[in-house]
Amino acid sequence: MSLTHQPRTGFFYVLPAIVFTCVFVLYPLTQLFYISLTDRTLLGGGHYIGFGNYTRAFADKAFWQAFEFTILYTIFLTPVLMALGFLLALLTVRNTGLSRFTRGVIFLPVVIGLASSSLLWVWLFDQQVGLINRVLMDLNIISAPWTWFNIFSRGFAAICFSVTWKVVGFGMILFVAALQSVGRELEEAAIIDGASYWQRVWRILVPLSRRTLFLAALISAIGSMLAFDQFYIMTGGGPRGQTFTSVYFVYQNSFVFFKLGYGAALSIILAVFILIGSIFQMWLSRRGATA
Amino acid sequence: MSVALERKTTRSSAVLVVQIISVLICIIMLLPIVMSFFASVKSPAEANLSPPNYFPIVYSLSNYAKIFSYQAGLGVYVWNSLVTALMSIAICLCLAVPAGYGFARFNFAYKEAWFLLLLSTMMFPFQALLVPLYLMFAKIGLANSHLGLAIVHSIIQLPFSIYLMRNSFEAVPAEIEDATYVDGCRSFTSLRRIMLPLVLPGVVTVALFAFVNSWNEFISALIFLNNENSFTVPILLVAVRIGHMGAIDWGALQAGVMVSIVPCVAVYLLLQRYYVSGLLNGAVK
Repeated sequence: MSLTHQPRTGFFYVLPAIVFTCVFVLYPLTQLFYISLTDRTLLGGGHYIGFGNYTRAFADKAFWQAFEFTILYTIFLTPVLMALGFLLALLTVRNTGLSRFTRGVIFLPVVIGLASSSLLWVWLFDQQVGLINRVLMDLNIISAPWTWFNIFSRGFAAICFSVTWKVVGFGMILFVAALQSVGRELEEAAIIDGASYWQRVWRILVPLSRRTLFLAALISAIGSMLAFDQFYIMTGGGPRGQTFTSVYFVYQNSFVFFKLGYGAALSIILAVFILIGSIFQMWLSRRGATA
Repeated sequence: MSVALERKTTRSSAVLVVQIISVLICIIMLLPIVMSFFASVKSPAEANLSPPNYFPIVYSLSNYAKIFSYQAGLGVYVWNSLVTALMSIAICLCLAVPAGYGFARFNFAYKEAWFLLLLSTMMFPFQALLVPLYLMFAKIGLANSHLGLAIVHSIIQLPFSIYLMRNSFEAVPAEIEDATYVDGCRSFTSLRRIMLPLVLPGVVTVALFAFVNSWNEFISALIFLNNENSFTVPILLVAVRIGHMGAIDWGALQAGVMVSIVPCVAVYLLLQRYYVSGLLNGAVK
């Protein structure tokens, strides 16, 4: 007798996970929608106000500024991470001892927390005690210590640099796996045809890894769209609120000002944008894969 | 010089260039952690020196002593983080192992629809659920508790865990299990005695990712824990960074950063194989 003839047994094994998901994801999801239609704060309230929070969100300049900043951050960082990750994968794709060691070292920051790495980098970039200023002054690149986080472009650069250090290994690991699955025959044929290394990379390796490239870009872009830790710790949204991200803005409204109804509406708007963005990117990748 | 020889020399010089770049990149990647370590073993006064020294003049463990006695003491915060992570591991395994088994080995009505439902929660950012979860936890007594936080961490980790366990069970040949049925085993006994050892790599991977996720998770720990004694390590470190009346103790902060990254690095070095295979499993397929 085969196992597959016990329909209820199978469902019984899956049931705990379904119950957990219903209680802690689906039910809160319905609550989220309900709360977003009320003027609830931490102290109470909770009167039904229809779509008032939504119309307010769409008219809220600060929300759109945070949203635009998050998109700028994502659009800037994702290509950098993909390109660097791919180059590092090309560098370490061979399974020599040094390659493997380098891969391990590049991946190391991926396993430490974003909060920890941000606290490390906020020290490195600190105006008074930071080593980055010391290095730049010793190299005569700057003449006096910079304040990194009081100027938008510098703070932005500092955060992008530290996040790149932290997560570039993630894409690299995926790309190494993709590159290693490309058959040697194709490359050898190209070598015989006299193709240079970079021609082979551009014409053979990049096209054959494009599925992985799209996927890594999607995961990375979603991560950037939901960025919070690094901005909360390194810039605190400053200078002048220019580096508030969407999630940071939702956090401020929900858990600092305790405008829970408004925060719920902002959460839904954000989630819908991210859902649309991921569907669009998946559609792009499917088109790219068949083209 | 013959063409073949010329090609060989350009090739070996290319290998040399790759090696040099590799070593340089290793240095760049390790430098921040190494410098943070050196800062953590400076004397407190030297760690707050401006402009800073690269390396300590005097080596000292006072920064570690400071962070270990900070507020409730670092031991309490490490314990909080550990308890939360262990509970999250337990929740993920108790839910994902049976679910993976059920999806891999049985047929039941709407199986793929249920599977899709469980995985689709991944598409919805958990950050958007924090408001209703906050209110819900306040109502059922999970506010400011490590169990509540572990539940949130498990919400993040569950879809990946179920997916991975289903793959692990599906990779076990059906004949192995059918044989146990001939011997009259019931399915639960078979799961426990026969299957579990065979899917152990999957179990280790789920536990590993649940641990790292929970140990490092920041935003929900920041929101759900508001009693100073219940903080996890990252939240404590942010409190150190904010400092007392504008004065930040940088040496103690870097000592704290070291303590917070050591478990992750240790787990990674020990279980690197599981880490990378889990990542590829979760992302590529």
